[in-house]
Amino acid sequence: MERIWNLEEHKGKAALIDEFGGELTYEALNSKAHNLAGRIGHRCLVFSFCRNEIGSVLGYTAFLNHGIVPVMVSSHLEETLLNNLLGTYSPEYLWVPADQVEQFPEMCVEHEAYNYALLKTGYEVKYSLYDELGLLITTSGSTGSPKLVRQSYTNLLDNARSIAEYLKLDHTERPITTLPMNYVYGLSVINSHFLVGATLLLTDKGLMQKEFWNFFKEKEATSFGGVPYTYEMLDKLRFYHMKLPSLRTMTQAGGKITPELHEKFAAYAEKQGKNFVVMYGAAEATSRMGYLPPEKAVEKKGSMGIPIPGGKFTLVGADGQKISEPLTTGELVYEGKNVTLGYAECGEDLIKGDERHGKLETGDMAQFDHDGFYYIVGRKKRFLKIYGNRVNLDEIDRLIKGEFEIEVASAGVDDHMYIFVTDAGKAELVRDFVVNKTKLNPVAFKVITIDGIPKNDSGKTLYKELAKYYE
Amino acid sequence: MSNLEKYNAAFMECLEITEGQLAGLKYQDITAWDSVGHMGLIAALEDAFDIMFDTDDIIDFNSYEKGKEILAKDEYGVEF
Repeated sequence: MERIWNLEEHKGKAALIDEFGGELTYEALNSKAHNLAGRIGHRCLVFSFCRNEIGSVLGYTAFLNHGIVPVMVSSHLEETLLNNLLGTYSPEYLWVPADQVEQFPEMCVEHEAYNYALLKTGYEVKYSLYDELGLLITTSGSTGSPKLVRQSYTNLLDNARSIAEYLKLDHTERPITTLPMNYVYGLSVINSHFLVGATLLLTDKGLMQKEFWNFFKEKEATSFGGVPYTYEMLDKLRFYHMKLPSLRTMTQAGGKITPELHEKFAAYAEKQGKNFVVMYGAAEATSRMGYLPPEKAVEKKGSMGIPIPGGKFTLVGADGQKISEPLTTGELVYEGKNVTLGYAECGEDLIKGDERHGKLETGDMAQFDHDGFYYIVGRKKRFLKIYGNRVNLDEIDRLIKGEFEIEVASAGVDDHMYIFVTDAGKAELVRDFVVNKTKLNPVAFKVITIDGIPKNDSGKTLYKELAKYYE
Repeated sequence: MSNLEKYNAAFMECLEITEGQLAGLKYQDITAWDSVGHMGLIAALEDAFDIMFDTDDIIDFNSYEKGKEILAKDEYGVEF
């Protein structure tokens, strides 16, 4: 029985179209997913290597819909980080692009479809899986931390339904991929659109490539999503003058967009009769928690909106009390059926049940205005969003210390990380190392040499004192 | 500085590469020339030559050589 989608009900409708002329109807997707899942034949763990290709989506659909638990990883994940993840979770199978099969010479190919291959790992250890566990996804895809978010079937279905409701999705939608599917925002586009029988337009080309826009126009894309950086690029591209009659909706998530860009895109959308929808979410809440209704985009610029259908926000002050006064800062707490089960940090954690019980302390500091619209004003935890990717600063410090055995402290603001070291001779090596680990554009990283890392009496790093170097 | 020197300097600075890597370099050949790097490169070239690229040219600009062809077009008039 299918766990999430009833693919068959959409019959001959196109489910997937790629940029190379490939197409798969819902009927075909369903039957090929059956074949692939049948080849595995039992509930187990599979590493699903993600690309915006038919094979990748087929694998994901087959696994999720048939009770096989995928771990969503980027197909570009750096080798040591990947091996670390494989060693930690010991999956029974890998679902990999055909051109990456040779990376795993010791494994045998058991099934092939759409330029993807199913490899049996032969790992001896098998961890037990909690009955409701649907999929596993990284919180910081870029550093390959072994920490994964455990999402249940209920989480995924509930969030997809809620998204389909507030974005008013129907079968005529044709979203084009602009985000990877190992990223919860990208995955939520697939999940919500499969529910309503829409057609996904798949491409790994980016906004800065002609092929992307040709595909967009030819297949009449109706929507795309973007992180703040996406909108900076669109602004640079002078997107406002492009003729895109098929476009209906632009969504934004993955960090806070600047109020200036929020205003520009909201005004563009209003003028052109399109929707610009700012959203808020996290992997720990499956994907989405808040959205700003498009008709409020201009009026409430800078706001991430209101809770999604079925969700609830509260703000909690430093004293632990609920905040009821507008324009008062507190930690944002979310409640809803999409709040995930919890984290896994090792294979033994996969049997764990629900540890959050529908409530998530987001770690984001927020306020609401007199009309009940929420604004993110800060962050409690030590991470940055670099081009929409959550990068954990403590994790970066740990990786650098492990590699170089030096004093280091990283800090910064979204899209700009500053790494402080005391050994000038290592500065360039450290930067190259971080760029290679994260696979993010080097422009985001600066290494600054200082005399000493500021610490308090008990040896704790005083990160706030580093702010003077970059603010 | 000649136009070619200016052009090369923008590439070398934005993408953190050496002169020897320029010939034949294509978009996405190196980590630094992704969409983020492309945006920086376009901005640097616009500054260097005091021009403003059309959208179509920004997305058509997919190699070191193609960029020269685009800049040599009448609307930008950069001679190499």
